[in-house]
Amino acid sequence: MEHKTDVVIIGAGPVGLFAIFELGLLNLKCHLIDNLDKVGGQCAELYPEKPILDIPSRISITAQDLTDNLLKQAKIFDPVFHLNQQAEVVEKTEDKKWKITTSEGNIIIGKCIVIASGAGSFVPRKPPINNIDLYENKSVFYAVKDISIMKGKKILIVGGGDSALDWTINLAAIADVTLLHRRKEFRAAPDSVLKMLNLEKQNKLKFLVGQLSSIEGENGKIRNIEYKTEDQTHLIQTDYLLPFYGLKMELGPVAEWGLNLNENLIKVDTEKFETSIPSIFAIGDINSYPGKLKLILSGFHEAALMAQQCFRYCNPDKKLVFKYTTVSKDLRKKIGV
Amino acid sequence: MGSIFVNDRDGKTHKLDAQKGSTFMEIIRDAGLDIEAACGGCCACATCHIYIDHNWFDMLPIKEGDEEAMLDQTFHILKTSRLGCQIEYEDKYEGINLTLAPE
Ligand SMILES: Cc1cc2nc3c(=O)[nH]c(=O)nc-3n(C[C@H](O)[C@H](O)[C@H](O)COP(=O)(O)OP(=O)(O)OC[C@H]3O[C@@H](n4cnc5c(N)ncnc54)[C@H](O)[C@@H]3O)c2cc1C
Ligand code: FES
Repeated sequence: MEHKTDVVIIGAGPVGLFAIFELGLLNLKCHLIDNLDKVGGQCAELYPEKPILDIPSRISITAQDLTDNLLKQAKIFDPVFHLNQQAEVVEKTEDKKWKITTSEGNIIIGKCIVIASGAGSFVPRKPPINNIDLYENKSVFYAVKDISIMKGKKILIVGGGDSALDWTINLAAIADVTLLHRRKEFRAAPDSVLKMLNLEKQNKLKFLVGQLSSIEGENGKIRNIEYKTEDQTHLIQTDYLLPFYGLKMELGPVAEWGLNLNENLIKVDTEKFETSIPSIFAIGDINSYPGKLKLILSGFHEAALMAQQCFRYCNPDKKLVFKYTTVSKDLRKKIGV
Repeated sequence: MGSIFVNDRDGKTHKLDAQKGSTFMEIIRDAGLDIEAACGGCCACATCHIYIDHNWFDMLPIKEGDEEAMLDQTFHILKTSRLGCQIEYEDKYEGINLTLAPE
């Protein structure tokens, strides 16, 4: 699918979300790409329930409430979201626009790019097991895309969070599932834990306490998994291994776009927050400049200044008139105040 | 100012200056040793995993809920595993021995 827009924002964390609003004030339209299945970046993924205490005028707001409010505010300007996919390739088109291709094959063409990719894209944390890469996507999966291949098979799921528990419960209905976790307590929702323990009581799944230690097999096919308890090792025969150790952030493809980097951060100026490549901007946690503080607050400021320069690229013949939102009748009408 | 001993992943021991109020993670990071501490101490990344010497382990404050849950996301867990960002240095830890967990 090919889309055209003014600005393509890579990353829908708090800063990417606020950028939609700032660009919208200047009549610029946006498409956003994010690897996660939801907006909010670190706020939504890492600490949704924690209260943030340094958002101006908010004495305390949970990271999820902040995300929800930012999304509501951004939606005034009809952004288009492409979630569950990574921005992979950035190319210049013949008419000097940017063409971005995502891991799902979506193509988005825009006049400017705003990289708001934070500490990078969220990717699964892989267990440090020798040769695990030889099994990946054959018999080791960090996400389940095709349930049908699991039917009637032996599956070992590792982890104690929501993904581990949810898949344990779901797959127990169609496969021979064993859950392995390092302790008897879980960080998953208590509801899921109860469900899992009930299924275990009814012998519909097995639950083992221990730590994954190695894989045996050949040609990408697992024969046995070795796991450790206090001072013993055990073998368990399995067809598939699903490790769920949470997500970590990785810079990812951003490193390959030819931008000037400084220790995995993108260098920008502090007037327009533009990168070493004209019409590509970087705002939020991903950028670096003297005095940078990795705060949501700083990202908001950067978004406002970036938008001014995007306007100039998108409307070379128009004059940019600075206006307060308090005088904008248009905006008031849109919001209904 | 006190001091702590930290064994790096090559088995080398470093004596580091430790200031009250700094976390073990901060002391190790600021000394330039290889501790990723990706979340900067928010108990949200588990990349500050350290082992505490047996003789000292019981002196430490007990783990709060978040820390045990975050440890679930690391590997090579031992009984003496802790997250370095969740423990602040105090005078009574003078001379404590810590080891960086494998990456
Ligand atoms: C536990 C914790 C507590 C914190 N507390 C505070 C606080 O009190 N106050 C404060 O101001 N800040 C706090 N922070 C920091 C704050 O969360 C960050 O500054 C903020 O999230 C940065 O926003 P961002 O939009 O730049 O990036 P992120 O929130 O990191 O979002 C970036 C998004 O981009 C996506 N992405 C990256 N690369 C790609 C790609 N190639 N393709 C597709 N998607 C991609 C990622 O999946 C991610 O969703 C805290 C952070 C943590 C972890
Ligand atoms: S630094 Fe991230 S959990 Fe300790």
